[in-house]
Amino acid sequence: MNNQLKKQLLKRSKAAKLERLGKSVSFLALMLITVTVFAIIIFVASKGFSTFFSNHVSFVDFITGKNWNPSVTNAKGQPEVGALPMIAGSFIVTILSALVATPFAIGAAIFMTEISPQRGAKILQPVIELLVGIPSVVYGFIGLTVIVPLTRSLFGGSGFGILSGTCVLFVMILPTVTSMSVDALRAVPRYYREAALALGATQWQTIYKVILRAATPGMLTAIVFGMARAFGEALAVQMVIGNAALLPTSLVSPASTLTSVLTTGIGNTVMGSLQNNALWSLALVLLVMSLIFNLVIRLIGRKGAMSK
Amino acid sequence: MNPKLSNRIAISVLYVISGTIIVILAALLGYIIISGLPAINWHFLTSPARAFTSGGGIGIQLFNSFYLLILTMLISFPIALGAGIYLNEYAKQNWVTALVRTAIEILSSLPSVVVGLFGFLIFVVQFDFGFSILSGAFALTFFNLPLLTRSIEEALAAVPNAQREGGLALGLSKWETVTHIIVPAALPAILTGVILSAGRIFGEAAALIFTAGQSAPALNFADWNPFNMTSPLNPMRPAETLAVHIWKINSEGIMPDAKAISSGSSAVLVISVLAFNLLARFVGKRLFKRLTAS
Amino acid sequence: MLINPTSPHQGDSWLERNIVDPSERHDSPIVLETKQLRVFYGENEAIHEGDLKFPEHQITALIGPSGSGKSTFLRSLNRMNDGVATVKGQILYRGVDVNQPEIDVYEMRRRIGMVFQRPNPFSKSIYDNIVFALRRRGVTDKATLDEIVETSLKQAAIWDEVKDSLQKSALALSGGQQQRLCIARAIAVQPDILLLDEPASALDPISTGKLEETLMTLKQKYTIIIVTHNMQQAARISDYTAFFNMGRALEYNETSKIFTRPKVQLTNNYVAGDFG
Repeated sequence: MNNQLKKQLLKRSKAAKLERLGKSVSFLALMLITVTVFAIIIFVASKGFSTFFSNHVSFVDFITGKNWNPSVTNAKGQPEVGALPMIAGSFIVTILSALVATPFAIGAAIFMTEISPQRGAKILQPVIELLVGIPSVVYGFIGLTVIVPLTRSLFGGSGFGILSGTCVLFVMILPTVTSMSVDALRAVPRYYREAALALGATQWQTIYKVILRAATPGMLTAIVFGMARAFGEALAVQMVIGNAALLPTSLVSPASTLTSVLTTGIGNTVMGSLQNNALWSLALVLLVMSLIFNLVIRLIGRKGAMSK
Repeated sequence: MNPKLSNRIAISVLYVISGTIIVILAALLGYIIISGLPAINWHFLTSPARAFTSGGGIGIQLFNSFYLLILTMLISFPIALGAGIYLNEYAKQNWVTALVRTAIEILSSLPSVVVGLFGFLIFVVQFDFGFSILSGAFALTFFNLPLLTRSIEEALAAVPNAQREGGLALGLSKWETVTHIIVPAALPAILTGVILSAGRIFGEAAALIFTAGQSAPALNFADWNPFNMTSPLNPMRPAETLAVHIWKINSEGIMPDAKAISSGSSAVLVISVLAFNLLARFVGKRLFKRLTAS
Repeated sequence: MLINPTSPHQGDSWLERNIVDPSERHDSPIVLETKQLRVFYGENEAIHEGDLKFPEHQITALIGPSGSGKSTFLRSLNRMNDGVATVKGQILYRGVDVNQPEIDVYEMRRRIGMVFQRPNPFSKSIYDNIVFALRRRGVTDKATLDEIVETSLKQAAIWDEVKDSLQKSALALSGGQQQRLCIARAIAVQPDILLLDEPASALDPISTGKLEETLMTLKQKYTIIIVTHNMQQAARISDYTAFFNMGRALEYNETSKIFTRPKVQLTNNYVAGDFG
């Protein structure tokens, strides 16, 4: 009898087979995502590097060159693929929009967590969620029909440029930065507030001297997240920035970003040509910046965790 | 400065900031709806676009957007579900899991235009799918996977462990327990995540310009054989979506009523996304009630 | 303090033990037996040794202060601790060592079922809760399923309360009903042994009383091992009692003897309410 039982217990049941199958299938799904990410990095990198390896463009010229005109060769016999105007354009709109969005986002986050949590949850929370939901082409369209004419009438020129781009990006990253700042502020333990208020501090003193300090790493993460979004945003910026591959000289003159040149250019070049490869190099810069933003967020997170 | 006074000033400033954000949203929505609604009518929603003359509609683009959305979900949901299950139920805390999580984070923060370019390189060029719904659906899948995986993982993590033990103690495998008990219990949260990501997919354009293409050839809505070129169901045809259409006519549109069409399309897009959001809330609450009450 | 698991019978009063072998004084066969069972959470040894024999169709109670390892011991018996803890030693189920990797853990758990501290019905109907595992095992015949639902619910003494609402969500039941449903769910797969981990700790006194009655009748068909921190409960329902302290089974005997004439000083202190 024991032998029979032993046999039954040693036989692999249907459940055991299903378990193995299910575990493998779900692992495969996860690996598929992981492999895709590495494939994206490898493919974009290999295409992006071909400008330097196949077309022998100097990397320094690419990063520092001020003229972007891949179909023309310059005096040195090298094609003109200076990406500085786009790199500068991307960084300027990113930093400016983050600078404008940060006080708004943090102010709103403080309002939602500290001043009036009820109204925050009832009014501001849905407002933020709705702002996230609006597609970026709609932001671009409104920028094009409202912001651009407005800048034109205020500052002259065409209205296209860094300023319009900044305005559009400001509204686009505002909800991201706000909701992440809210999370950071909510993570500050209650007794911090109670202790400060019990010491006779005013509400603002409590917020400014205690809560904001405790939440700094989280809010920095929020801002970097917003910057990453702004840096990678393509269509909305492309629609209002004017798409002139020139080093920006003023906030209201047409400029361009990495993404805007990519969206307008890829369709008009032939795969494998220098013009096309140069665009892939721009995509590589975008990719690398995205990885750097990721790294920075990780570093902030690690530092924040250590100081706790 | 007197702390009481500075307290009052600071709090007023916070009120002003919050008020401004509300005004911005109100202005945005107001502008979209007021400028867009007059353009929307049955003809606009159903007839094909015109390139050079006024009076065109967005019928094909609207159809393309929905078809692409469904196809993307069909591809990405099983993958995200599998990945979410593995991450929440099986993954041990080791370097492989850390690497995978990092990869997913990277994918979620990649600019969508880069994802689109990768899709272009792989599907349009290498696999020779051309500018097609299928290429677009794959590109959107990459765009969609990280967020959907995370929301599914969170939904599963919210189901109490006692439910897992209950299944295991009956002699069921972990896989059976997860697929038949944990996933159904997490269904409201999973569905909410799916609908929210559907809204994101619906509005995405940058990943599509070089994958699904920027043209919307005429369709024969009487032909539902997916192998015919004019069939709406053919996944190999180029398909400009509503979001791409808005971008396209604003960058190079030459029809005289470009602005009215963009306004109308923007309104349709925003209303659809709002509808997705409301639906997500509704479905989440409703299903949750049905599952917990008798 | 000196802990030397290899030589338990030394003079140190902390290690004073008295473990009986039920097969010597009882004619019911031994269904489950642990030999040199040791459980580790990482580097931490939670169970130092447990050599116990569980007789068929008897209720055995595992008692002891919290943290004594009684729950860990119980959960090791049907390998619910797989992946959480490392279990060394032998678990002989009717003579077959089930604590080895070749054993099909799912078939083993079907035979050695478990009911938990907090009722954990699935968010399905009462009927589906009972037949869920059967369906997964390929039983699809409606009449068979109906019959099993009825007999399981009757055995768990909850049939009269729910027979008219089998399609209602199990989550709508009261805590005590949910726990009896969980017992019905466990016996629906026709186990041999039922392990219960403080099944009454989340219940009110009336539900607890009903649950205890249920267990008393269930022992005619199943071998029951129950962890409880309620000594009266152990005294009321169990035939054998094992007293655990600091990861060790210190005394194991017929329940009446444990509660009236414990041989180990610590057991005496515990059942007298001196610590716990």
